[in-house]
Amino acid sequence: MLEIRNLKVRGGGKDILKGISLSVGAGEVHAIMGPNGSGKSTLARVLSGHPGYEVTGGEILFKGRNLLEMEPEERAREGVFMAFQYPVEIPGVNNAYFLKAALNAVRKHRGLPELDAMEFMALVREKMKVLEIDAAFLNRPVNEGFSGGEKKRNEIFQMAVLEPALAVLDETDSGLDIDALRIVSNGVNAMRSPDRSTIVVTHYQRLLNYIVPDFVHVLAGGLIVRSAGKELAHELEAKGYGWIEAGLTDQPAGA
Amino acid sequence: MSNVSNTTPAPSPVLPPAGAGAMRATPPPPIGQTEPYTSEWDRTEAARAGQSPWLRNRRRAARDRFVEAGFPGTRVEDWRFTNIAPIAESRFTLAAPRPITRGDLAAWTFAGAAAELVFVNGHYVPALSVTGGLPAGVVAGPLAAALAADGPARQAFGAVVPSPLSTFPALNTAFFAEGAFVLLPPHTVLEGPIHLLFVTTADARAVETAMTHPRVLIVAGEDSQARIVESYAGTTGATYFTNALTEVSLGAHAVVEHCRVQRESEAAFHVGLVHVDGARSSTFTSHAFALGGALVRNEIAAVMNGEGMECTLNGLYLATGGQLIDNHTTIDHATPHCSSHEVYKGVLGGRARGVFNGKIIVRPDAQKTDAKQTNRALLLSDDAVIDTKPQLEIFANDVKCTHGAAIGQLDDDAVFYLRSRAIGEADARTMLIHAFAGEVLDRVGLAAVREPLRAELTARLSAVLAPAGGRP
Repeated sequence: MLEIRNLKVRGGGKDILKGISLSVGAGEVHAIMGPNGSGKSTLARVLSGHPGYEVTGGEILFKGRNLLEMEPEERAREGVFMAFQYPVEIPGVNNAYFLKAALNAVRKHRGLPELDAMEFMALVREKMKVLEIDAAFLNRPVNEGFSGGEKKRNEIFQMAVLEPALAVLDETDSGLDIDALRIVSNGVNAMRSPDRSTIVVTHYQRLLNYIVPDFVHVLAGGLIVRSAGKELAHELEAKGYGWIEAGLTDQPAGA
Repeated sequence: MSNVSNTTPAPSPVLPPAGAGAMRATPPPPIGQTEPYTSEWDRTEAARAGQSPWLRNRRRAARDRFVEAGFPGTRVEDWRFTNIAPIAESRFTLAAPRPITRGDLAAWTFAGAAAELVFVNGHYVPALSVTGGLPAGVVAGPLAAALAADGPARQAFGAVVPSPLSTFPALNTAFFAEGAFVLLPPHTVLEGPIHLLFVTTADARAVETAMTHPRVLIVAGEDSQARIVESYAGTTGATYFTNALTEVSLGAHAVVEHCRVQRESEAAFHVGLVHVDGARSSTFTSHAFALGGALVRNEIAAVMNGEGMECTLNGLYLATGGQLIDNHTTIDHATPHCSSHEVYKGVLGGRARGVFNGKIIVRPDAQKTDAKQTNRALLLSDDAVIDTKPQLEIFANDVKCTHGAAIGQLDDDAVFYLRSRAIGEADARTMLIHAFAGEVLDRVGLAAVREPLRAELTARLSAVLAPAGGRP
């Protein structure tokens, strides 16, 4: 599904990612953990095509194609979806209109007929139930005046509607209370399928109790310093990131 | 977007009387020349033998007043950003009637009007107009006929425009041949809107450049209600000059929604003045859309002359290419307990220039005034320019006045957010501009006016965004 090879990225005048390689197979859930400033969110944003970064080396293949050559909208149409850490407020554009335009852009790209308002409503109603979203929500402007939890739920709702092949969740758990975390996780879990890959970027292990990953990677100083199964997340929770930031030389054997 | 907002401006030292125009100590010299206008006035006056002495005197006085005032140059503060030399230095002739069919008007008319008056080249065309559907007592008809006799039209004529007349009201009064008179008797509620359509048709190859001076007089009696739509349009590509003046007087508790849609030719000059005077507890709402014209000056001045009046000014302008659109608004809180709410938004592309000057006056006894002004402009190109100036003159101490201005480009984060959801860049930009403009458009209650306008805005915007692809 996704093949990242020796990816180097600059942003804001600094080298942020210094040679990352990561292979994500179809149906897999990968968690990317790491201390603040390690480059987790940069990786997520680079995958989505954010214009604020410069790729200085390496490559990203998505379904065998060069992802870095694609515009953000092309990536989205091909099936890349990033749930934003800070979803943008768009006054004056209502959710339903926005989401229908997005869905139809994806469907058009895939050679599917565009949905009319009725068909669209039928489709979103189902998805809204899973994410416990109120119908009035559709007529509100995108993210405007939403609480932090509502914004994050809206991200996962959009993901549910657009049905991406690769979902990248950028710190979707930050700022969520336990109820919102449960709802958001249910939404993500409901979408797990053998055809869909997920990258969960998070600082804390808590989210991974709900969205259980197949692999956990630890990012520090722009490099992946550890990769292991889900047990790595528990280890990080217990020990914190200190031992990773301090250097990997003194890590206990067998950890 | 960068935001500026404050609530306590320094009071201005000079206090003009209510309804008066700007005061000038030693006025800068006028520009251009008045002679082409006066000789055109003299030339055409002979053909007006049938006019009443009352009207002739008013028009002649206005002609003299125009000569006295002359054309203001950019050294006059109110005209600092708008150089009217193209108007002041040109020779225009009063537009001659030209045949036109109802089908030619299709782009500018809408369904559901209670009455529709059509003026072509300044002349009322009864054959194209529809006036049958009005309730008894309501007048919507040609102004010249209404002024022929001493009656309500004469009483209201010129009553709302500050005197002495400034340049363009004087020019309008001197030259106007026809216009619309709308009279709502007390307690009348008009369901459907009244549409006043002013069209200039000109041969793009014509040697002479046409001008018209449409005049609209709206008198809303006590406790009456109406919605009035004024449209200004012209032949694509034609150069001509429209100098329109509207006077609105609202009786106590009257409710008037006034919608002004300006879609002149891209080569036209348009000066559009609206003067409003409202009595106790009246409500005036203006929706002003400026889409056309090469050189455009809009002025709305509302005097709140009775306690509890509410005034709302909504404005939206779209300027592209080399267009200049200037909006000057004045809200004069002359009495206590009045509230005003103003939102003006501009979308500027190409080398277009926009001007917004929003003056709010709060008179010494206008306590409990609640005034809110917002002005935003979206610049779609590096060459587009907006000059914006809030002007608050507050002389009462128990008031709430806020104003805010924001000028900027489209929000890059919002564009990226939409693109990350599969929406193409051009569509994303269009969507965001519509959202920006929608705030003003959505306030127009009449769907028959609002929705075609939305479609037209879409078409005009895609023309702006398509060739250059907007900003990188």
